Amino acid sequence: MKLLNISSPHTTRALSTSNVMLNVLLALIPGIIALTYFFGPGHIIQIVIASSVAIACEALVMKARKRPILFYLKDYSALLTAVLLALSLPPYAPYWVTIVATGFAIIVGKHLYGGLGQNPFNPAMVGFALVLVSFPVPMTTSWSAPSELLATGISFSDALGFIFSSREGLDAITSATPLDAYKHQVALSTAQEIYQNPLFKGADQSSIVLAWQWVSAGFLLGGAYLLWKRIFTWHIPLSLLATLVLCSLIFGWDADSYVPTSLHLLAGATILGAFFIATDPVSASTTPLGKLIYGAGIGIFIYIIRTWGSYPDAVAFAVLLMNFAAPFIDQYTQPRTYGHAKPKRGLAAKD
Amino acid sequence: MSDIFIAVGALVVLSLIFGAVLGFAAIRFKVEGNPLVEQIDALLPQTQCGQCSYPGCSPYAEAIANGEEGINKCPPGGESTIQAIADLLGVEPEPLDAEHGTEKESAMVAVIREDECIGCTKCIQACPVDAILGAAKQMHTVIESECTGCDLCLDPCPVDCIDMLPINGGLPAWHWDKPGQIIATDATNNANEGKAA
Amino acid sequence: MNTSFQLHDFVGGIHPTDNKVQSTNTPISFAGIPSKLILPLTQHIGTQSKPLVSPGDTVLKGQLIAEAQGFISANLHAPTSGTISAIEARPVAHQSGLSDICIEITPDNNDTWVERTRITDYKKCDATQLINAIQAAGITGMGGAGFPSHVKVSADPAQINTLIINAAECEPYITSDDMLIQERAQDVISGIHVLAHILEPKNILIGIEDNKPKAADALIEAIEKDADTPDIQVVIIPTKYPSGGEKQLIQILTGKEVPAGGLPSELGIVCHNLGTAYAVHNAVIKGEPLISRITTITGNACAQPQNYEVLIGTPVEHLLNISNTDIEKTSRLVMGGPMMGFTLDQIQTPIIKASNCIIAATKQELPDPAMEQACIRCGMCTEVCPAQLLPQQLYWFSKSSNLEQAEAHNIADCIECGACSYVCPSNIPLVQYYRFAKGEIKQTNEDKKKSDRAKIRFETRLARQEREQAEKDAKRAARAEAAAKKQAEKKAAAAANPEGAVEKKIPTADLQLLQKKFDATKAAVAKSKDKIAALEASESPDTDKIELLKGALEKAQTKMKDAAKAMAEAKKAEKATSTANADKGDPNSPERLKNKLELAQSRLTTAQTRLDEAKAENSDKVAALETAVANQKQRVQDALKALDESIQQTNQQNTTEIKVDTEALKQKVLAAQTRVDKASERLNMAKEQNLETVGALQTGLEKQQAKLDEAKATLASATLEDAK
Repeated sequence: MKLLNISSPHTTRALSTSNVMLNVLLALIPGIIALTYFFGPGHIIQIVIASSVAIACEALVMKARKRPILFYLKDYSALLTAVLLALSLPPYAPYWVTIVATGFAIIVGKHLYGGLGQNPFNPAMVGFALVLVSFPVPMTTSWSAPSELLATGISFSDALGFIFSSREGLDAITSATPLDAYKHQVALSTAQEIYQNPLFKGADQSSIVLAWQWVSAGFLLGGAYLLWKRIFTWHIPLSLLATLVLCSLIFGWDADSYVPTSLHLLAGATILGAFFIATDPVSASTTPLGKLIYGAGIGIFIYIIRTWGSYPDAVAFAVLLMNFAAPFIDQYTQPRTYGHAKPKRGLAAKD
Repeated sequence: MSDIFIAVGALVVLSLIFGAVLGFAAIRFKVEGNPLVEQIDALLPQTQCGQCSYPGCSPYAEAIANGEEGINKCPPGGESTIQAIADLLGVEPEPLDAEHGTEKESAMVAVIREDECIGCTKCIQACPVDAILGAAKQMHTVIESECTGCDLCLDPCPVDCIDMLPINGGLPAWHWDKPGQIIATDATNNANEGKAA
Repeated sequence: MNTSFQLHDFVGGIHPTDNKVQSTNTPISFAGIPSKLILPLTQHIGTQSKPLVSPGDTVLKGQLIAEAQGFISANLHAPTSGTISAIEARPVAHQSGLSDICIEITPDNNDTWVERTRITDYKKCDATQLINAIQAAGITGMGGAGFPSHVKVSADPAQINTLIINAAECEPYITSDDMLIQERAQDVISGIHVLAHILEPKNILIGIEDNKPKAADALIEAIEKDADTPDIQVVIIPTKYPSGGEKQLIQILTGKEVPAGGLPSELGIVCHNLGTAYAVHNAVIKGEPLISRITTITGNACAQPQNYEVLIGTPVEHLLNISNTDIEKTSRLVMGGPMMGFTLDQIQTPIIKASNCIIAATKQELPDPAMEQACIRCGMCTEVCPAQLLPQQLYWFSKSSNLEQAEAHNIADCIECGACSYVCPSNIPLVQYYRFAKGEIKQTNEDKKKSDRAKIRFETRLARQEREQAEKDAKRAARAEAAAKKQAEKKAAAAANPEGAVEKKIPTADLQLLQKKFDATKAAVAKSKDKIAALEASESPDTDKIELLKGALEKAQTKMKDAAKAMAEAKKAEKATSTANADKGDPNSPERLKNKLELAQSRLTTAQTRLDEAKAENSDKVAALETAVANQKQRVQDALKALDESIQQTNQQNTTEIKVDTEALKQKVLAAQTRVDKASERLNMAKEQNLETVGALQTGLEKQQAKLDEAKATLASATLEDAK
């Protein structure tokens, strides 16, 4: 029998990249359930569309690059990108928006930079940002109101119809997202008045953006699971959330003129972003201190863009902006190596 | 009208401030770099073989620095040296000029077949780094650790008793190779190429 | 005992399945004497040891067969008695799988000990004696790296305050230290006492992981049993890989970090493996050098995993056989642990001093490495790295051979523990990348050093050549000046002394010149004759060359004849003048007789040469010439006789003069001697510095030597005559 001759170590932990990706997908399930429960089956359909497009694109690129297709599909990274993108998109966005976003995310955002592990930007957010700036109308008018506010729920066939063919009747169920609504109304009215708005006043009169809170809770649960599984560390989510809260406490203490903290945290893509998007390891900072700075940066940008920008939500842009900075942050936040008095900073002085 | 003056004034003030900052930085953070010749010379392999048609590495470095000579005339340094010089000078790396020789796969060392040596001292005179030991009518030998493998001793030898042998460091010089690139990819690539060919 | 000990933690680390139980159920047994023992000369870090035996020698057990070369090197002893059957390159226990020089012993199975010297009471010995004993026993670190132990114990006791005994044994599978403690704790403690006596530390700590409770208890018990112990503390540390790394163990026990690129002794700490302490006990107390060790044989392909006491040099094959290992089922044979050990591709590879474990693993146990996937920068490697490096960054730099950045990211501080590769979800062989980069960095640094040296040598050579040229020019200028001066003087002399002097001097000068010319042509003739003879004698005579040489020979001969003729004429002319001069004086004066003799001799030589030539050409003149030579010989003898007689006459007249003469000759000899000495000294110097002038100096020395000989000969003859 031929004896193997390879470098140590000879034993490895049974946790592969595909395991990591599957774990993340698994952790998204509570959030998806909540989204579907409150906003109808839109997201499920979007996930299906995005996943098929992503897998097709991935296979296409791998074919073009003469790589083993199955080997790369099995790492599930394309699938994860697709699902994250689908969850970020409005549930009833027309199908072509999803296709364009996913195709752009996989082909341009991921593979033109060299494929998995080489992309400087979060591919899902690249796709999202593209459709957000290119097709603002469908992107801002495709969120449905929480099901409690609707007379009847949205059936699966309705959802298919909204997405693939006629957009008639969509107006009846769409509404602005609470963040957007609050931001636009706060200039004219007080917090008290805003909360009288049906969007903020749930069916049982006591719940405020209840649907969004449940969705956030779902994603929070998934995030906790991933932390427990040590798929990622606490640094980025915690620093992101803490910074966002801090910012909103400093600037937004007055609910009559700014969006309150609770809405910032729970009524938007904040939790999804903090646990699932900002933690994308490829495009994030990787040093312990770097992760804290990276998360804090995203938190600050989210607050700035939400408060003074014109877009309904800000996670995508905040993440992309910090993606730019990640390599630089990594260079300047190297940990102190064992036996060294001081950590090194920056790249080696050349010449 | 006054707006324009304000704008112009602001720009002037800004340019003055930035100019001052830049001027200060230029003096304060001035890089005391080596002269270019020394930097290039440091990248050359110092075999002093003259394959570049210059009498030694440092004249060649000078020629490169003066822009009189291409950076691709050093076979012992090979692609890596060309790359390093290209990086230093900020020019495009060129492929090695085959006119001056080809890159050898491993470092070489001259070895004299001692029973054939007639002790003519011609190789001693040819050696650019004084790495050959011997006297007239005495057998010569190469100090292996000092030999740069430049081949210059081969031609003068009247009895052709000098061989260039690849250096074999044995166990102490051994180290792990870079792992093969993503294995599956390479395998498929090769297979595909094989099919194509 | 260690209830209040303050433990520290190190960053990172992993918890692989320890797989230690399998090999701890059976006590240590002796592996027996194999049919061959293969002992590599490099089993340690440092210089290769030098063999003291040659094939065919018989050796006794414990006999020194290879000695250390320099301080950082180690002795090697015969593990059993037998015959040296070979000293040659064999595959050695090294991750390269390359071969290296080994001594092979064929045991005689008598196991006869060489005479052992044991130290009866080590407490009465001073440190140097004990260090020497450790050095003599060839003890190297038994934990894996194999650093010569005497180097470590040679630290200055004044600076050492803590002795750490590493019994952590954090790698999975390995149980050799565990079993050693369980069975021979008393000996281990005794070894630690010896080390403590040498180093005089304030604290002695034994670090042991909490997954070896039996061993820890055995240690504590042994310490308590020992009455006069220095205070040894057994510290039980949490099980976490790589707590057994020297740097990590020091951090756990003291909270201090070994400075990068430095040694633990800089912190006042010396760290020894537990197995080393046992070897020290054997060396000092029992007088036995390091010839065996405890090695774990385990793995799923091994039917009876257990620990063996193995003779150094035992082929792994022997161990596999005695432990009933199914080699067919073995897919990977690892020496050392699964985290840092290396694979063996040949089962004949011998056990060396640092081999603590052999794992014969099946494919299910240690599956073939999965395909490498892309790095997703998940950062799991960063979390587990005990050196607090950024493995994912190092990976990028290593992969792209960006050595500069890899160095800037402290790749040198990587201890190659393998924790990063262990956790990597993309199955990237990170450690191999780092080893590659480290090797390249080392190579590049060495190349750089070499090229710097080459540059210096080249520049020095250029400078020397310039200097020599300048010196030559200066000399030439001086000579030209001197010649010009002489010329001027001559002119002046000629002007002052119109005739006579000039006429007298020139013929002699001429004659000497001619003589030289004649000699040269003669030598040339002789040389070409030799060459022709050699060529003709050789097996494949090159006829073209012979023809060419013959032509040259003829030319040389005519030249020689011409020279002889010219010389004869010149001599005649001289004789004419000298006879003219001598006519005035005594016809029997020694001068005249000498002239006569010289004339006769030269005639004889010419006649002789002619005869030789004739002989060579097989000419018919030979007979005639022979008589001529005989005649000439007679004449020479006559002249000699006459000269002797005349000299004797003069001698009687002025014996005193001759004495003075010998004095002067003696001085001449002395002067010549000093000149020769100086010349040879200069030559040696030139040889040492490898200068170009060696050749010139050599000929100079030869000339001086000839002069000296000449002077000595004259002196000898003079004294002889004097005695008469």
